[in-house]
Amino acid sequence: MTPGEATIASATDRAESIMSEFRLDANGTGHVIGDWTTVPLGAVERSAQKARKSSPLKALDLSGLTRLDTNGALALLRLAEQAGADGLIPLQNPKPEHARLLEVVIKAHGKDKPLPEGGSAIGRVLARLGETTINQAREALELLSFVGAVTLTILGLLIRPWRMRWKPLISQIEATGLNALPIVGLLNFLIGIVIAYQAANQLSKFGAQLLTVDSVGVGVLRELAVLITAIIIAGRSGSAFTAQIGSMQVNQEIDAMRAIGLNPLEVLCAPRIMALMISLPLLVFYAGVMGILGGAVAAMFALDITMTQFAKQLQVAVSIDHFWVGIVKAPVMAMVIATIGCFQGLKVSSNAESVGRRTTQSVVQGVFFVIAIDAVFSIFFLIIGV
Amino acid sequence: MSDLNHEELAIHVEGLRTQFGPVVVHDDLDLKVRKGEVLGVVGGSGTGKSVLLRTIIGLNKAAAGKITVLGQVAGEGGGEAERALRRRWGVLFQDGALFSSLTVRENIEAPMREHTELSNDLRCSAAELKIALSGLPPDAADKYPSELSGGMRKRAGLARSLALDPDILFLDEPTAGLDPIGAANFDLLILELQRALGLTVVMITHDLDSLHAICERVAVLINKKTQIDTIPNLMKIDHPWIQEYFGGPRGRAAVASAERANAVSVGVNE
Repeated sequence: MTPGEATIASATDRAESIMSEFRLDANGTGHVIGDWTTVPLGAVERSAQKARKSSPLKALDLSGLTRLDTNGALALLRLAEQAGADGLIPLQNPKPEHARLLEVVIKAHGKDKPLPEGGSAIGRVLARLGETTINQAREALELLSFVGAVTLTILGLLIRPWRMRWKPLISQIEATGLNALPIVGLLNFLIGIVIAYQAANQLSKFGAQLLTVDSVGVGVLRELAVLITAIIIAGRSGSAFTAQIGSMQVNQEIDAMRAIGLNPLEVLCAPRIMALMISLPLLVFYAGVMGILGGAVAAMFALDITMTQFAKQLQVAVSIDHFWVGIVKAPVMAMVIATIGCFQGLKVSSNAESVGRRTTQSVVQGVFFVIAIDAVFSIFFLIIGV
Repeated sequence: MSDLNHEELAIHVEGLRTQFGPVVVHDDLDLKVRKGEVLGVVGGSGTGKSVLLRTIIGLNKAAAGKITVLGQVAGEGGGEAERALRRRWGVLFQDGALFSSLTVRENIEAPMREHTELSNDLRCSAAELKIALSGLPPDAADKYPSELSGGMRKRAGLARSLALDPDILFLDEPTAGLDPIGAANFDLLILELQRALGLTVVMITHDLDSLHAICERVAVLINKKTQIDTIPNLMKIDHPWIQEYFGGPRGRAAVASAERANAVSVGVNE
């Protein structure tokens, strides 16, 4: 941009159009013209900065200025500051009201600080990695100590059952168990159908269609019923625990509880954890029934195996051990899901975003631990030979 | 109302009626706010001070009446005009109503991001300017609202309401919950900003000191309508609530009760 050439930027606002302009003349005087107010400021400030960089700016002439607000005044000051080697370049012919506003802004406006340098990209990545690692380790440790505290609380309640809060316990059993029946039943029924069709398809190649019953029975009872149900519950109840306790945390309700002398572990966490430990095994039992029912229906349609045949074969092929192997995992998974849900809820800090983040974490960690625990149990049962 | 008058009025409310179900909050209410004045709004609990403010800024829908803000009639002119109008007022809600997941700086930048095309570093230093203007220390910029005290949250809320350099500033109980010194400082701050920036300020308050310190005129909400005047003129009105409010239990209580006793049957007149 050569001196003398006009730099014009304008923007429209409201009903009438607003004109704002910056014009740098050959003497190095920048003419500030029109409205320097917040809304049209973006464009005109950019063009003024461009003009300043392309040729020297020695003074600003404010005689053409019609309206000014604090953001406009700030833009002018920054311009004057950046153009002057030390201190401001002169601001000429301001109208009295503009001069007053500039005074106010000069008083409040500190020197422009250079933006902090973030260091090299690799350094930033390493720093982030280290920070995350430390935070994760610290949180794992906190979770561990939370598990300890909760266990002690629950043991204490078992010794002194009169301190138990029965109402929340029952209502949590209703919320986590009874209300989950439709979705748990439907999903396990469908899984039973899927397993039966897949097994029938493969086994009929060997003429062993009847073994479909074995694979449905063993698969559903040992693994699928408990796994599917626990994952649904982690998504359904784990997240609910975190959101409930988390929003109480945001409202300072937890602080209020502590101040009154109520122990949140005893009042909030123990009933939830115990409720889930009661309702999940019941749900898993129901899920097993629904899964086998789904398999039986599929077998009836795909293989012409009647319900009676299916039941007889089930009794022969599937020992009661398979049922126990499945259901014994349920309380453990319930305890882990509920503990993580409560822990994440208590970790919520007092802002709205943190409730969402903690709820997500609660579900992700819950599902992860469900599968991890299942793997550990599989190895365990392999070793003891069940 | 002629157009000439609209030029001098920042806000003009005519015949406003608001109601929630069967409950009528305002009935045939008129309110004129002049450009550049500081207007206090007072009234007993439940007389609809906050509702009035929310109705003027369009958060509540009026059942009847016409609201003109800066020459623009509410509900006319379509979405773009409404958006342009929203740029020209700032609102300070009771507890600041800061966005809890953003820092103070980001809170102040939020309206600027939405409504302007300022370059990043100008926007950043504009936010810092607003922080300084509202009397917050510079290190408050990168704090989250939960890390601030109640008074600082109010200042941060004020800084955000000033982000776009509004023509009108709405304040909902700006000094409630502050200690007396903090409240007095906040009053001075508002007055200083109002003078420097030429703002029109509409302030709901229960703080008698605030009213005396910074309000030129006061609107009293009584019987679903408003009485606007300066405090000395308002005190001449023979309405028990006004008398009790401005007379106060201390100092003027005796005078007020004597006046009430003298003129029980005289109606409210301006």
